[in-house]
Amino acid sequence: MLILYIITVLLLGLSLLASPRKTGRALQIALRRFLRIAPAFLCMLMMVAVALYLVPDHVLVQVLARENKWIAMGSALGFGSVSIMPGFIAFPLCGILLDRGALYMVLSAFSTTLMMVGVATFPMERTYLGTRLALCRNVVSFIIATVVAIATGLFFGELQ
Amino acid sequence: MKVVKILKQHPWTVGVGALFSIFMLGSLHTGFAPGEAIGRNFLSFLGQMLRVLPCVFILVGLFDVWIKTETVEKHLGHGSGLLSYVWAVLLAGTTVGGLQVVLPVAHALYVKRANLSVVLAFLSAAGICRVPMTLFEASFLGWRFTCIRFAVSLPLVVLFSAVIGWWFDQRRYRLPDVDETTDKAEAQHR
Repeated sequence: MLILYIITVLLLGLSLLASPRKTGRALQIALRRFLRIAPAFLCMLMMVAVALYLVPDHVLVQVLARENKWIAMGSALGFGSVSIMPGFIAFPLCGILLDRGALYMVLSAFSTTLMMVGVATFPMERTYLGTRLALCRNVVSFIIATVVAIATGLFFGELQ
Repeated sequence: MKVVKILKQHPWTVGVGALFSIFMLGSLHTGFAPGEAIGRNFLSFLGQMLRVLPCVFILVGLFDVWIKTETVEKHLGHGSGLLSYVWAVLLAGTTVGGLQVVLPVAHALYVKRANLSVVLAFLSAAGICRVPMTLFEASFLGWRFTCIRFAVSLPLVVLFSAVIGWWFDQRRYRLPDVDETTDKAEAQHR
């Protein structure tokens, strides 16, 4: 996070030294793009706030650390797709799930769909990519996540 | 007048926003605990995002002004070959935040004439191999897990992105113009 600020300030400073006029234009573009996306963005935040309340941590643990690995993996794929959370929450959560007996393949399904498939971010993605492409990208990402989860299961010997 | 026009452009946000505000006001008024929890979630996310997004958009703005279209086209455009995917993945690794941060960057790349396949690879790869995220992942789940995930998912992402990009290109698909009105004005200005 801090790195992002340092880089931004540094580049902004350099840009300002090189050409104040161009920098002004860059800031204008930044503001304009931000305002353009703000509505879809707010929409996403509201949906996420509700989703995260409906699916609290302990429910996740209950479902994902199940006996039947296929059901667990299926639910992990589903959960990961509909929820979004930052990595610094998601991976510690995966650590907890691992301790509670969740399989690596389940965690792989969860973390990969979490990062690559976004039902909640869809309104935003649609704005940038268009409905068809956004849909296509999400479906394919879901398939990739499934393959990755199965591969993880194979490597960790969880599929015997 | 202008406000009405803007509201009409975003029926989804207006609908969800209205429902959400009514729900929030109602919850606050009656002290409905789940409502208050959701409100807290919302504010904390909003805070997090407002800390990251200004930087992202400033960087996108700077990118827009300083990086020549030809440069992007040469390295990430049509006919720039397999190496362009390597660039896309490396670039994706350096990003921070979720999809909401990467999307504007991806769009900016596209506007500078990066190949659609490369843009898609960049988007999806950003979900897999962001450096800070990978550090978290490896420390909680082990390097073996991370290595397997990378080894399986990255080739798949590149392959599928290439196919989807090609397919949509064939149909002359164009990404929506996120700031069409002002771009036209600017084009005249130049």
